[in-house]
Formats: sequence, C-alpha cells, structure tokens
Amino acid sequence: MNLEKVIFGFFIILAMTLNFGFVIGDLDNPVHHDVYELFFAIVVNLIATVLKFGERTQIGAIHLASSFVADLQLIAAAGVWATAVYLTGTGLTPGVTASIVSLAAGALAANVLSVIMLLVETVMFRR
Amino acid sequence: MHSTLFLILRRMRTPLICLIASYAVSILGMTLIPGVDADGRPAPPLDFFHAFYFVSYTATTIGFGEIPVAFSDAQRAWTIVTIYLTVIVWLYSIGTILGLLQDPALQRAIRANRFEAAVRRLRQPFHLIAGCGETGVLLLHALDSRNQQAVVLDIDAARISELELGQYHLDVPALTADARLPENLIAAGLHHPQCAGVIALTNDDPANLSVAVTTKLLRPELPILCRADLLDTAANMASFGVEDVVNAFELFGEHLGIAINNPGHHLLYQWLTGVPGEPLAMPMEPPRGTWLVCGYGRFGKAVARQLDKQGIQLVVVDEHPPADHEHAVTGRGTEAHTLLEAGIEQAVGIVAGTHDDINNLSIAMTARQLKPGLFVVLRQNRHANAALFERFAAQATMQPSSIVAHAFLSLLTTPLLPRFFNLALREGDAWADVTLSRIAAVVGDTVPEVWDRELSKTETLAVWQMLGEGATLRLGDLLRSPAHREETLACVPLLIKRGSTEILVPDSDTALQAGDRILFCGEAHTRHQQALGLHDYNTLNYLLTGNQAPGGLVWRKLAERGKAKRTATHPHG
Repeated sequence: MNLEKVIFGFFIILAMTLNFGFVIGDLDNPVHHDVYELFFAIVVNLIATVLKFGERTQIGAIHLASSFVADLQLIAAAGVWATAVYLTGTGLTPGVTASIVSLAAGALAANVLSVIMLLVETVMFRR
Repeated sequence: MHSTLFLILRRMRTPLICLIASYAVSILGMTLIPGVDADGRPAPPLDFFHAFYFVSYTATTIGFGEIPVAFSDAQRAWTIVTIYLTVIVWLYSIGTILGLLQDPALQRAIRANRFEAAVRRLRQPFHLIAGCGETGVLLLHALDSRNQQAVVLDIDAARISELELGQYHLDVPALTADARLPENLIAAGLHHPQCAGVIALTNDDPANLSVAVTTKLLRPELPILCRADLLDTAANMASFGVEDVVNAFELFGEHLGIAINNPGHHLLYQWLTGVPGEPLAMPMEPPRGTWLVCGYGRFGKAVARQLDKQGIQLVVVDEHPPADHEHAVTGRGTEAHTLLEAGIEQAVGIVAGTHDDINNLSIAMTARQLKPGLFVVLRQNRHANAALFERFAAQATMQPSSIVAHAFLSLLTTPLLPRFFNLALREGDAWADVTLSRIAAVVGDTVPEVWDRELSKTETLAVWQMLGEGATLRLGDLLRSPAHREETLACVPLLIKRGSTEILVPDSDTALQAGDRILFCGEAHTRHQQALGLHDYNTLNYLLTGNQAPGGLVWRKLAERGKAKRTATHPHG
C-alpha cells in the first residue's frame, strides 16, 4: 500500500462527495444548500488539484484538466453567491440559488469523471 | 528535458497545499466566531465573503484593520492565530515557489526548450556546428557573412554567452550542451529536413568521433566535416565514411612541404583560399636544404612525416627524441648549444613546433641570433598570444584554429576547390606559374572570390533551358559581359566537373552540358555580372547570338512564327 495513493484517492473522493452533498436537494431552495458545504468543496477541490500536479502520464493530464474544470465551476458558483448576497444585494432568491447549484452540479460531473478515471487507473494497474 | 518541469510542479505541491489549508482554517474560524456590535451586544460572525476578504489582506501582511466593524475579543484571539498561521505559510510558500522557478535545472530546461523551438522554426538550410572555440567562431563569422544559417552546440557556457554578444546578421540558435549525447544533437536539429551538414569542431577527438558516429547512424545521407588532431581518430572516422576529416597539423605540414618543393602551387592555394578583398599574399619561398624540427609532438611528427615524404632533409630536436629517426638530437631547442649540436650552421630553416607558445618564441629568437637569415616557421597555440607572434614576424606562422576554419570554409562553400588543388598538384611548376599569371591578370592585387555554378534548373535556369532546347553553349559564352558581348568578364574558369570526369582550367571552346559544375575565380562584382546571363534567358541569348530577342512568351512565339513564315516564302534565304 502506498500512502501517497491513499491520500490522493481520499481527496479526490472527498471532493466528489462534498460536491454531491452540496448539490443534492431542491434546485432553487436555499435551505437545502449549505454554504459551508460549498466552502469545503472548494478547499478540498483545490487540494485535489494541487495533488495532481506533476503527473506525467496521459491519464494524469486528464485528471488535472477535470480538476481545473471543477475548480472553475465551484469558484464561479461562489462568485455568483457573493455577488448576489453582497455586491448587488439581491439575496438568495430561487433564481440565484438555482444558478449556484447548477454550476456546482457541473463541477460534480467533472469530479465524477475524476473518480471514474481513478477507478480505471486502479483496475488497469491490477491487470 | 520535460521531466524537470514535472519535478518542479511536484515540488510545488507541499507549499501550495499548506497555503490552501491555512487559508481554509483561518476563513472557517472567522465564519464561526461571533462578533460584537457597536453597543457591545453579541452579533453574528463574519460571513464567508468578509472572512475571505479579511484573511486575504492579513495573510499577505497588508493589514487594513478590523473591517467591516470592530471585532469581539474572541475574534481578535482567532486573528492572532490567523496572522501567525497564514503569514508564515504565505512567506514559506511564495518563497519556495519563487525559489523553484529560479532553479538552475528549470532554467536550463526552459533555455533548452526555447533553443529547440528556434531550431524547429528554421526554414532555410543550416549547418550544425558542434564546438564553438576559436575555430568555431571563425567559421561562424564566415558562414554568417555569406548569409548561411548555423546552429551551435558547445559544452562551455562561457562560449555560448560570448556568442550572444557577437555581432551576427542572422540569429544563431546556441545551446550549452554536450555534443557527445545524441539527444542534444537531435535537439539541435539533426533530424530537421533543412539540416545541410554536421561540423564537429570540438578540441576533443573522442567527442568529434562520437558526433560523427551519431550522425552517420541517424542521418547517413548528411555530409559530416570533422576536425581530428590525432591520426588514429582521422583513420577511424574515414573508416566509416566521414566525408572530410581535417587535421590541422597534417594539413600545415603538407603545405609547408609543398611550399618548399612547389612554391607556385602553394601560392595558388594561398590566393584561392584567402579572405576575398585582402591583399594577395607575396610568394613565400622557403629554401631547400636541411631543416630543423624542434618539438616532436603531434605537430612535429606531422611536419616531419610530410617533409620526409617530399624528400627534404630533417634534423629532429626533442627532449625525448624518436628512436626510429636517423637524425635526432636530445634537448629542448631553447638553448643555443642544442641548436648548434643539431647543426643550425648548415640548416636553412627551423620549425618551432612545441605545444608551448613561449618556448616556440624562445627557440625562434635563439635560432635567429645564431643564424640571422634562417627561415623560421612558428607554431602558435593560443590566439591570445597573437601580439607576440606578429611582433616576431616569422616567415610562416601556423595557427591550428585558423587553418581548420579555412579548410572547412572552402569545403562548405566551394566543394570543387579541394578537387582543383588535388588535380593541380599533378601538374608541374610551369603550369602553376601560367595559372598564377592568368589569375593575377584578372584580379589585380586583392584576393579573388571563388565560386562554383551548377548548370541545373535551380541554379542557372536560363542555361538549363537553352541546353534543353538543344543549343550549343561554350564556356566562352559564359565569360562574355552582359553589357557588351565583345568584352570578356574578368574571371578565370578553374575546373569543370562533369560526372566523374574533371577538366582542369578548361579553355573557352569547351562545350557545356547540363549538370556540369564549373569553378570560377574573379572579383566579386564579376560574379554578379555573370549571374545576369545565367538566370535571364534573353540576356543569355544576347551573349550567344548578339540579338536582342523579344522578351515575353507571347512575343517569342510570334517571332518564331514570323521567322517560320519568312523561311517558307524564301526557301533559299
């Protein structure tokens, strides 16, 4: 067992689960989507991205790309949230909530892809 | 090369993760700890937006203060933690990342990448030069002044930086790298379709050998020019088909021998290989008789071998004289008694050929004192000592770097010239004198330019077309002036190479064939004048017939029809 692989897998899966936890619930209901969950999703996603630095395989490159996509989507979601609540003062209306959650859902797709690639890599290694 | 980049990225992981984690902990703390309002009543904690704002300016030590409202004591306690955590981590991370970007290995990798990109972008034929010492710089300048592109590899970073300071018309991609490694040669464009040849010029024979082997294996069709200081290496290179191996010592020895036995041929060589525009060399006439050779190293051996071959009497002076040589004297040659013992009284010339410049000068000065009229040949090892050698003014000075550079240059720019000299050596002194006077008649008193023309579609379109139409073209036609065809251009044809036959100093009546290569010598402007007739069909037609023919395709067709009609109506006309 390789400790580096454990940490790597841990952060990638945690990034997906946190993201999933934030997205689940009614699309436009702010009560169903906790801001702390979004915060942790962003932090864990950033750490997962950095962990993917310096992988020189083809699959490593795709890993890094999907992580960048997830980061971009989540930071965009946080940006929409900050704009709505503080900059324009609109507040978390159903419309704003829906756009935050759908951006995070996009990040979820990228994170699921990362986990799939992790599994594929593991299966190939076993063979 | 790219592995360095990945390694640097890998090393960035720890500082970046520390940075993210410290930010996350600080922001999270600020969003959990309750604040206080202006009246001292508990207020809700900072939200994420303001927490991120606060941590951002605290971590970077900008420190705007307590924004948006004054903090509670609990928040201040957490701020202390935040400051010590984030400021230290920030300094550590940014410091580490900047340090990694400055990493010599990474900088090398970046330079190598830029070099490879510059080589890939080359769209004109270039020569790959491995080793850029004195010889390399001389050759590079000469190639550059002829607008020929080069790519340079050298193991010494100082030489590469000097190259960046040099004044070159063309941008010469250069890299500090070991030419012995195939990957570096490949990076320098060995596989590039425009690579026209490889020149191995390092001062290390094994390195030149390995460049030659690499090139022969990876691009067998490319011409290779190699410098070899040892005979073994030269033989080794020749054994696997290196086109041209130049050994400065042998070359000089050979020319010294030629100069003693056939002064005319030697003068011809000097005239045709000099730098165009400089004054013509005066005939150097080394006397025939007994010669002293001081120093029996690589140079001394080469000179002795070549002089022996020419049947010249020799006495060798060396600290460890060769057992197999009949006339040998033990000593350094720097002392008078050794030279007297070697018989300087009877000698006509002396070769000071040790590997130490100061010793060579000392030998020469002693010898001149003992016998003032002696013909002195000096070996100069270091370019830096040029002032001393100029001051001494020996009858002949041998500088390996410039000899190799000149030999390579003539091989690169006029490949026919070495063939010309080989053929010329078979002719007698009288032939050499006639040729010399012909050249002197057309070029005046400066070194002529030497050029070759191939009668091919790419090089001389008009000639090629005309020969294709079945016209008879004589060499004399190419020597007519495009301004007035009765006048003759001031140049001398030296050689025609037609397949495997070679015609030495062909006369004007020689009929030309497509595919011929002709070597000319003359002044630079003559070469440009001549080019007019070679490229332009109408000018060539004028040179041949004296007719100012119609220019374009349509007019030419009409003129032909008119001519055909006239011939039809006047069958006898």
